[in-house]
Amino acid sequence: MPKIKMPRSNPQLDMTPMVDLAFLLVTFFILTASFRNPEPVQVLTPSSTSEKMMPENSVLITISPDGKVFYTITGFEVRKKTLERMADKYKIKFTSKEIEEFGKMTSFGVSMQNLSKFINTEPGQREKFPSTGIPIDSLNNQLSDWIRFGGYEGVIQFKELKDAAVAAGRQVQTEPLRFAIKADGNSNYIIVKEVIKTFTDLKIYKFNLLTNFEKGPSE
Amino acid sequence: MAELGAGAGPGHGKKGPVRAKKQSTRVDMTPMVDLAFLLLTFFVLTSTFSKPKTMEITFPVPPPIDAPKPKMNVNGHTFLLTKDNRVFWYSGEFKDVPKNGLPATKLEEVKFGEDLNKLLLDKNDLIEKIVLDLKKKRLSKEIDDTTYKKLAVEAKGDPKAPFFVIKADDKAVYRNLIDLIDEFNICNIGKYAVTDIMLSEINLLNQSAK
Repeated sequence: MPKIKMPRSNPQLDMTPMVDLAFLLVTFFILTASFRNPEPVQVLTPSSTSEKMMPENSVLITISPDGKVFYTITGFEVRKKTLERMADKYKIKFTSKEIEEFGKMTSFGVSMQNLSKFINTEPGQREKFPSTGIPIDSLNNQLSDWIRFGGYEGVIQFKELKDAAVAAGRQVQTEPLRFAIKADGNSNYIIVKEVIKTFTDLKIYKFNLLTNFEKGPSE
Repeated sequence: MAELGAGAGPGHGKKGPVRAKKQSTRVDMTPMVDLAFLLLTFFVLTSTFSKPKTMEITFPVPPPIDAPKPKMNVNGHTFLLTKDNRVFWYSGEFKDVPKNGLPATKLEEVKFGEDLNKLLLDKNDLIEKIVLDLKKKRLSKEIDDTTYKKLAVEAKGDPKAPFFVIKADDKAVYRNLIDLIDEFNICNIGKYAVTDIMLSEINLLNQSAK
């Protein structure tokens, strides 16, 4: 009987399509990934079944597990203008470079008196800066001023963008400013209550509490 | 002098012009593929598509100072949060001492999870039934989503619906507040508020939580 000859196949397979696909996916993930803004504190929010999205434009108050309060507001220009108002009220001078730097900054948790020191710290070193939180006690409630001025500037900004959009006949894409609290699950309720009281004292009764999504019982 | 070219070395028996060796055009792509997949894995694992979710909450506008204090009736239930994730509750008005033939308020403990869920569903029986009915109607396409939402909100705001008050002492943690509000949402409770705790409640709570 003649031997059956197996066709000899090349053991090298063509990897090009696989590589193409891999790089396509890599590109996709690189482009879609948004890097988290560096935050001065790690906060683990409690989970809930709520499916509402976090508002895009917000005054965000972060409360760390040990009860320190941090503040940030969306928008480069809004941040700078808010700082200018605060500087005016607290009679603390900031150089234009400092104001510029503040615009790029995210969350911070220092009093007005220490703010320029914090701004002048290298961005990489800010995590190690001894942040004491923004004072919220009733005698020296700086957080209240931050919220008030930030809210004011945020509303102005929203109105400008909206007017510009309407004038150009475009759809309004920006959202109005919202207020949000991002507190750690383990932070004491009293601090959260103080922050909420600061809001309600400013006649802001509606705000968002940030949570992690957790699947609820099926419907 | 050695000649470059023909017969330069021993063992090369060929004569004539030397041709450049034909090189394979294939490049070994394995390291590149390795790297590509490494990056791919990294981005797949680190990227989060979802933004954090939020819970929207509206706090009550404080009534004018001279307004009469709202009375709690049997339909009102108060939940007290305290240390070690413990929750206590009572119904109706708070009474330090027996009043009008009714005994003084006693706190009952309830555990987070199934117990709390059962208790809330029991108290919110009336509204829960209506909302479930609405949900069924939505599933069978009898009503559309917008109508469902409108009717559900209406049902939750029913004047006969029980209302719930959350109070926390200074030892409670924030997570418990969120858990409780979340449980209210799950049980279709629309009427709830977070208010300050009273001193007499703290005292009773401390006694009960021992």
